[in-house]
Amino acid sequence: MTLYVVRRAALLVVSLLAASVLIFLVLRLLPGDIAQTIGGIKATPAQVAAVRHDLGLDRPLAAQYADWIGGVVTGDFGRSVLDGTSVSGQLAEKFAVTGPLAVGAVVLALAFAVPLGIVAAVRRDSRLGGAVNALGQFGIALPTLWVGLLLVVVFAVQLRWLPAQGFPVDGWAERGQALRSLVLPWLALALSEGAVLLRFVRSAVLEVLHQDWLRTARAKGHTRTGALVRHGLRNAAVPVVSVLGLQIAALVAGAVVVEQVFVLPGVGQMLITDVGNRDLDKVQGEILLLTGAVLVIGFLVDLAHRLIDPRLRSAV
Amino acid sequence: MTVSRALLKSRSGSAGLVLVGLLLLSALVSLVWTPYDPTLARPRDGWLLPFSGGHVLGTDRLGRDELSQLLAGARGTLLTALLAATIAAVVGLALALAAVLVPRWIGAAVVQLTDVLIAFPVLLIAMILTAVYGGSTWTVVTAVGVGAGVNLARVARAEAGRVLNTDYVLAAHAAGSGTWRTVRKHLLPNIAPTLVVQLSLVLSVAVLAEAALSFLGFGAPAPAVSWGRMLHEQQQYIAARPLLVIWPGLAVAASVLGFNLLGDGLREAADARLRIREAR
Repeated sequence: MTLYVVRRAALLVVSLLAASVLIFLVLRLLPGDIAQTIGGIKATPAQVAAVRHDLGLDRPLAAQYADWIGGVVTGDFGRSVLDGTSVSGQLAEKFAVTGPLAVGAVVLALAFAVPLGIVAAVRRDSRLGGAVNALGQFGIALPTLWVGLLLVVVFAVQLRWLPAQGFPVDGWAERGQALRSLVLPWLALALSEGAVLLRFVRSAVLEVLHQDWLRTARAKGHTRTGALVRHGLRNAAVPVVSVLGLQIAALVAGAVVVEQVFVLPGVGQMLITDVGNRDLDKVQGEILLLTGAVLVIGFLVDLAHRLIDPRLRSAV
Repeated sequence: MTVSRALLKSRSGSAGLVLVGLLLLSALVSLVWTPYDPTLARPRDGWLLPFSGGHVLGTDRLGRDELSQLLAGARGTLLTALLAATIAAVVGLALALAAVLVPRWIGAAVVQLTDVLIAFPVLLIAMILTAVYGGSTWTVVTAVGVGAGVNLARVARAEAGRVLNTDYVLAAHAAGSGTWRTVRKHLLPNIAPTLVVQLSLVLSVAVLAEAALSFLGFGAPAPAVSWGRMLHEQQQYIAARPLLVIWPGLAVAASVLGFNLLGDGLREAADARLRIREAR
């Protein structure tokens, strides 16, 4: 297990480095000139060259990369070339919105996907199972942003139960208000993530139901439910956990969209604003941060995978 | 049994065909006819309710006909989806073949690169490109094509590896078939069913991504009509005219559902074909 952790951690570091090189190269090598953007349309070539020099864009690529990555390692993810704000400076404040949004959505998604997925598998030949399965199929097709807008129409506009958008200016100091403004975003994100999970839980449980050891458990006197709870679910959890890891990328993308739908001042909103402003240095840091989060969570999921499946622990 | 027969026999396959057919029909019809010019603003006719003033689904704030915009939006959605799927197919196949055919250390590097690329959500790739170039159909198409392509590569690689280990490939080799001949005659036809199923899923991912990116303001700029941008423009008037956020979203959902169901149907058809072949 230790050897596996070390190897997997090394792979994580290599992946993070590769991702940073890719992001850096794509943003530097693609034509399109940040100096021209800052200088404005009327800038003379000399002015543009001066801006390039100020930003250090005329230095060798390797030196620019080393500078950037050196900053990242010490926690400096880049500074806006337009207004001087830094990614790291805003991160804590933004993450206070995005973190709870993402974690809450995953918990909520699991809370309804796991029981419904089990029902859909165990009762697959009944009308109930079929209905749940169809529900999942439709849930996957619904765009997150549209689900968000529909929730606004029903719960904010018609019923007036919850705010349609925004987040309290004082953040989590107004806890009740903050929670209220996250309810609809949680639902929107959890519905689309949960629909995907539901299908995987269903197929994982279906797979388990056909195993010989489950029949053995029944033969030993366990009830159908008892055997499934005691032996089946832990086995079914293995593929579901790997899917959860793969879903993190989708979750990040979903969070960006949901923050825009509900006007939440999170990491996604910061990224959208900076992309709109073509603030490349900040975009570079933010993308690395989000991709890094996906890679790190993937790493943790792989470790969790080993913990719940003892068969994998001995394999390297 | 031909694939089309198998598709029509499966419930999801035929439902998918109907929905995708509807999308295709809307796109084609919009090329020659829409009830009104979808981009023509007539503020005096703004906020018309459905079935008033000759507008079946009403008009938006600027008096643009809702139905005409929906039809024209189908064109952009379909074009984006098809272009993205083409790029995904090329990228996916190239990476998969590179991983299984070339010397092992290059193959391993390709596999590693693919795995890093998979960690980039399509939306983030699109946003990197948008930050450099500004939003357009091309940034959406490239981002979805590359993002879906690397995922496709992973599936295609596993499938290609399986086929290359079969006895018939060994036999072809023994009979003197060169690498490219083996790829053309044996590998591609045998991984094609899996690829087609995956590509129908790429189409649905592309529809979703196009809608999301246009909604964020990073899609094709006006005058191109996009369902995602219709949702974006309507968002602030959601309390006044909730119906106008229903229609474009419904169009996106129906298209995505269509491609997903078509994929399910194709998978069933492919499985049935495999079963028949094995039974022989």
